[in-house]
Amino acid sequence: MSMASEAGTRAMVFREKVFAALDRGGRWFNVLGFGWVVPILKIIAGDSPREQLTELREKLLIPLFGIALFLVLWGVLAPQVKTSLGAIPGPVQVYEQGEALWADYMSARQQETDFYARQDARNAEFVASGQADRVRHFDYTGQPTYVDQILTSLKTVGLGFLIATLIAVPLGIASGLSPTFNGALNPLIQLFKPVSPLAWLPIVTMIVSALYVNVSDAFPKSLVISAVTVTLCSLWPTLINTTMGVASIDKDLMNVGKVLQLTTFTTIRKLVLPSALPLIFTGLRLSLGVGWMVLIAAEMLAQNPGLGKFVWDEFQNGSSNSLARIMVAVLTIGVVGFVLDRIMYALQMAFTFQENR
Amino acid sequence: MNDTTRAKVKNVFVKRRSLLLGMAAALLGLSINMPFSAPASAAPLKLEKEQLKFGFIKLTDMAPLAIAYEKGFFQDEGLYVTLEAQANWKVLLDRVITGQLDGAHMLAGQPLAATIGFGTKAHIITPFSMDLNGNGITVSNAVWAAMKSQLKMQPDGKPMHPISASALKAVVESYKAQGKPFNMGMVFPVSTHNYYLRYWLAAGGLNPGLYSPTDTSGQIGANVLLSVTPPPQMPATLESGTIEGYCVGEPWNQAAVFKGIGVPVITDTEIWKNNPEKVFGITAEFAEKYPNTTIAITKALIRAAEWLDADNGANRAEAVRILSKPNYVGADEKVIANSMTGTFEYEKGDKRSIPDFNVFFRYNATYPFYSDAIWFLTQMRRWGQIGDAKPDAWYADTAKSVYRPDIYLQAAKALVAEGHAKEADFPWTSDGYKPATAAFIDGITYDGHKPNAYIDSLPLGLKDKQQVVGTEVVAK
Repeated sequence: MSMASEAGTRAMVFREKVFAALDRGGRWFNVLGFGWVVPILKIIAGDSPREQLTELREKLLIPLFGIALFLVLWGVLAPQVKTSLGAIPGPVQVYEQGEALWADYMSARQQETDFYARQDARNAEFVASGQADRVRHFDYTGQPTYVDQILTSLKTVGLGFLIATLIAVPLGIASGLSPTFNGALNPLIQLFKPVSPLAWLPIVTMIVSALYVNVSDAFPKSLVISAVTVTLCSLWPTLINTTMGVASIDKDLMNVGKVLQLTTFTTIRKLVLPSALPLIFTGLRLSLGVGWMVLIAAEMLAQNPGLGKFVWDEFQNGSSNSLARIMVAVLTIGVVGFVLDRIMYALQMAFTFQENR
Repeated sequence: MNDTTRAKVKNVFVKRRSLLLGMAAALLGLSINMPFSAPASAAPLKLEKEQLKFGFIKLTDMAPLAIAYEKGFFQDEGLYVTLEAQANWKVLLDRVITGQLDGAHMLAGQPLAATIGFGTKAHIITPFSMDLNGNGITVSNAVWAAMKSQLKMQPDGKPMHPISASALKAVVESYKAQGKPFNMGMVFPVSTHNYYLRYWLAAGGLNPGLYSPTDTSGQIGANVLLSVTPPPQMPATLESGTIEGYCVGEPWNQAAVFKGIGVPVITDTEIWKNNPEKVFGITAEFAEKYPNTTIAITKALIRAAEWLDADNGANRAEAVRILSKPNYVGADEKVIANSMTGTFEYEKGDKRSIPDFNVFFRYNATYPFYSDAIWFLTQMRRWGQIGDAKPDAWYADTAKSVYRPDIYLQAAKALVAEGHAKEADFPWTSDGYKPATAAFIDGITYDGHKPNAYIDSLPLGLKDKQQVVGTEVVAK
């Protein structure tokens, strides 16, 4: 009798531990957008299905229903609109073009391998015939594939965002700590914040063309131009949020610092940054979001071979597939933007103190 | 055996081995890219720069570049070329000037305008003319309907070609009576399209407007207002009514027909038979710093042009397939196919045979003639882009500094020595001037040796020592 109930109690305790662990881990699943996995795992672990089903309905079924409704509406309404490039493509055509882009990527990979194989063969030839000075190791000369273009866009937005953070965070801290500095900087911020990336582009192009010397093939001028344009448009949210975060630090903390006679650098490192971090991260998230949007516009004209150039080139092609391919690009841009945002949110959750930890 | 003989024997072995390897690789390689081929038997040029990037705009006459890449002509010369589509003509020109691009598919007027300082100043030269003809003027459906009543018809009910702009005159006047401006589009202020459109309008009695040193809109005193629109946006602007017509290269005229939004009224070969169109432009510094590379590039492009015109157009179908790839021109194959295979559709259903719509190699299309450069300079003067009168010698000197048949002939000689081209295909003894010709829609004779006399003989536009001051034409 006691053995059975002991085993039963132990099993129940174990189950409770599992649920608690799932709840804790559930926070992380939420952050990454996979919150609906938790109720499923709980049902598998043996929790009461009815509760979990309600949660599951909220987290999984309703969003799925929303997406499905959107797809149905799109599929029905799109063919009704006839543009000069053909009817607007529905979900099926967009999916087909997505597959076509993937097939292009695979065949381009094959061509690239062939290219390098040929180059190696030719080099071996030259060495064998004593013309070692004609050996060459050049990069593949073909077109960047869709995946390459996504990576170039990510690289560019990363560079632009990094430069923006390096400029905005120190300026923001200085602004937050010193009202005088803030007073001097504020009019400039308000003046330049509303400027669109396409207005910055010609100026940035001229300046970068004049001043920048190609450091390496990994950072050609077109990439730097796009990155600098991203910086100019995305540094404002970080700057403003950092200023606010630093300015709203608890006065008691500052007094503690003064009592302990901490140096400015230590004050910043130990007091200011940790307490301002939530707002700084909010600013960083906004900046990354804005930067990603701006990048697509900048690439269309700066000729950086990323997703923006893909969209513009497809528009120029004017073929019957072009609209569908542009929509694939739109969806890709959306997905990548969502993923970037989630990464920033996850970092924010990891590095800041939350009230309901 | 002495060293030279040993080297020659080694050479033979290298060639045979590489030939076998080449055959194996060609069989393996399923893609149409770069068939492996052995270096030519003549000593290959020592190239100064092998990795190159060329820009182009998505128009069918970028074909020589695409073919030179896809058929391995660049690779045969030892060049590793990347082709990159550009957003518009201005970006393309700027990137060549700043060195981001080593060379580009350019409008014939761009190297000339850049060298004389109209727009960004830079010394651009061209050793290779990419093609002849290839443009068309399209008008909206509404304008076509109004024009049709003015046209002379053939016995089969179709309009008689070439259609003069005088048929457009009544339409423009009716617009004026209603107080509406009559707008047309072209692709760039110094584009061949601008000059052919203006020539056609002036020949029909319509004033396309003048430029002045202070007003670069080109609309001073105009009956028809011309403005710049990038080629891919032309069908959309035509549909929306912002412009009533445009002059542009293919596939944008046939695209308008396929989409049912416009009707091409004339192709530029009917305005000037076998007119110069695009050139391959590089900076003068590039040619100076890398002379062997320049010759190698020209050789590859000549071979590509030859291939395109070979056997009465036998290769054109394959060219269409290559061009319709999204990284080249990208338009649907059936839209590109018309003009590239010798037909052109005017009104829907009115398909006519124009075998010379695109000429890439025949009629010495690839030779950069000074007289072609001078024609564009005369048109720049006629419409005021060149503000004051210049002596005949100035035209000749400017043409000589921009067009470089010397580089072209060196490349041609090398190709003939290698057996890739026939000696009879090239005009070795030409002085750079085509003979005087009257093959224009209005029959006026053009002699490249006498540019000022030619300018004075044209209807409309500046003549003699006239200048535009403010909005008035002043005789100096």
